[in-house]
Amino acid sequence: MSRSKRWLSVAGSLLIIGSVVLSACQPAAPAVSQKLEFFSWWTAGGEAEGLNGMYEVYKAENPGIEIVNATVAGGAGTNAKAVLATRLTGGDPPDSFQVHAGLEVQTYAPEQYLEPLDDLYASEGWDKVFPSDLLTLLKYQDHYWSVPVNIHRSNVLWYNKKVLEDNGLEPAKTFDEFFAAADTLKAKGIIPLVMGTKDGWEAGHVFEDVLAGTLGADAYRGLWTGATPWTDAKVTQALENYKRMLSYVNEDNSALTWDGAGQYLIDGQGAMMIMGDWTAGWFASKKYADYGWAPPPGTQGIFVALSDSFALPKGAKNRDSALGWLKVSGSQDGQEAFNPKKGSICARTDCANDAFKTVPETYEYLTSAAQDWQRDQIVPSVVHGAASFESWATEYKDIIALFVQSGDVAGTQKSLQQACVNAGICK
Amino acid sequence: MRRLTRDRIISIILILPSVLCIALFVYGFIGYTVFVSFTKWSGQLIPDYTVVGLSNYQRLFDINDVAGQRFLKDLSNTAWFTVLFLIATIVIGFLLAVLLDQRIRAEGLFRNIYLFPIAISFIVTGVVWRWMLAPGTEATGAAGVNLLLERLGLGFLKSGWYTDPSIGIKAVVIAATWQMSGYTMALYLAGLRSIPDELREAARVDGASEFQIYRYVVIPLLWPITLSAVIILGHISLKIFDLIVAMTGPGTGFSTDVPALFMFDTTFRGNQFAQGASIAIVLLLMVAVLVVPYLSYSSRREAER
Repeated sequence: MSRSKRWLSVAGSLLIIGSVVLSACQPAAPAVSQKLEFFSWWTAGGEAEGLNGMYEVYKAENPGIEIVNATVAGGAGTNAKAVLATRLTGGDPPDSFQVHAGLEVQTYAPEQYLEPLDDLYASEGWDKVFPSDLLTLLKYQDHYWSVPVNIHRSNVLWYNKKVLEDNGLEPAKTFDEFFAAADTLKAKGIIPLVMGTKDGWEAGHVFEDVLAGTLGADAYRGLWTGATPWTDAKVTQALENYKRMLSYVNEDNSALTWDGAGQYLIDGQGAMMIMGDWTAGWFASKKYADYGWAPPPGTQGIFVALSDSFALPKGAKNRDSALGWLKVSGSQDGQEAFNPKKGSICARTDCANDAFKTVPETYEYLTSAAQDWQRDQIVPSVVHGAASFESWATEYKDIIALFVQSGDVAGTQKSLQQACVNAGICK
Repeated sequence: MRRLTRDRIISIILILPSVLCIALFVYGFIGYTVFVSFTKWSGQLIPDYTVVGLSNYQRLFDINDVAGQRFLKDLSNTAWFTVLFLIATIVIGFLLAVLLDQRIRAEGLFRNIYLFPIAISFIVTGVVWRWMLAPGTEATGAAGVNLLLERLGLGFLKSGWYTDPSIGIKAVVIAATWQMSGYTMALYLAGLRSIPDELREAARVDGASEFQIYRYVVIPLLWPITLSAVIILGHISLKIFDLIVAMTGPGTGFSTDVPALFMFDTTFRGNQFAQGASIAIVLLLMVAVLVVPYLSYSSRREAER
């Protein structure tokens, strides 16, 4: 080794050692009088804009509090959830964090790591402004654990207005009407129902709407609480309906994501699509406005919902700031600031329609959904974390993915029953 | 025992940090994963270390269970993928190397063209091949490669590619082969160049045809290269994840699913940590079956030298 090279390596090692020592002795961050540290993976696009709107409301009500979003980006929260778990179990929780409303909260062992929010619900009067079906959904072990900020709808049948009109069709209300319309369209060389199943959850998404449409709201809800057995003849009927529905789907569905398949609808090559209401925002981004929407067959008066919410960990360092944040999340101002940009509707039933005019492209859809939200029966979505534990939802999704290919009604029904047993709900 | 000289102490101190780190972060966590796979930790992020023995493994191999149905399909997919991928990359790589070895003009250019795909990440390869092999539909017309075949008058060759459950993972082999055969070409080219010309000359003098020279001289001498290629490509194909995620996802009826994808779904989407750990361990054993004999074989050879 030449002399200069040796010097270089010595200098290099000194530099590394030095930086390690320095970072270890770094003084603690200067103490801010008040801080709010929370976890939310809404870091991009309309979601982030909506969150910023909520920051504004929060800052106006709580001046001088610094807001820190400590999330880890990426993976629809998958990465953040792992960090979150470490912090919760390690006794260093953030002040608040994002979780799907409903049974997903079970993942975080709420009785051990979260504070029940029953008092907050009472003092803020939320038990009056949230629909009672939603309140039932939010309860786990008889307590509220999180505050819902938005609502998405899973059961929407989107259709190309022109294609249906040209063929003299109305959006189908029953499965029989649907199959009749699909036959007409198929004969014309149009894909009746477009579907993309590439990411593995979409088939399960459509099936939950078929389940709700075949069983009705009460029986569907019962599937996830053990009140309706999965061996029921109506579940058989739902699987039969779905199987027949799949025969009208584009053959290349496994090559496409849901939006890839939606392109067929925009182009007029496909007629209908069953997908959640984020589709409205996607249509807007594609500058496509000639679409209509209706509940999928059999789900008139049923709102299959999913919702994001914020929870309060035990031992939060800035508990007061966090309570302020939860109040904003559940408040009319907060929800009106957040939802138009996120492309979802308020969990509250008293949001003003005018607030949604800020995003004119989705105004029409969102206000009509908000109307349904107030009068429909609300049931939880399984694929999106509201109806069941995540472990059960994953198994459900896999079973339906297998069904799409096998078409084995009896075997699939048996597997669905077994998944319910594995989840500890069915005997 | 040898005396602890100053030099020995220094060398031990120097390797100690890396030994400790590897012991903890590699083997320690393999051990932890084995342990978790025997527990019933599922659903919650908070560990549940109740030991349940082999039941997580039993589910994986139970055809009546949805986990078993998916996993057994995964195993057969992996077997198909590995075998076809190895055969295709080795044959194509070898042929390319032989062609390039003919002292052609602009050899460097061609070498780089064939080699470049391995510089691309599997994600990019996956996305591009997903588009190219997307079959289109009857109503909207063919797309990608199918459209090309149709225009060339080879419409009878059209197929559903990876969307057809009976083809499934075999279509993914096309993309993987496109990416990795340049790599085997480079390996074989280096091997071909290291075979002394005298050996070929001697064979020619003995009256061997060109084909016989390859059959009896070149290919046997390239055996160590083939072995390394099998090991390197084999463990890539057993652990393949990124290509599948980007290209096909789990596919119709899991026809393009692989154990690594199943493990990710189970562990990080479904929070079934014990079940996910058991998949990881089976995956580890599969790779170990391939790699361990190779390691012991090559270390024995080094000891002989």
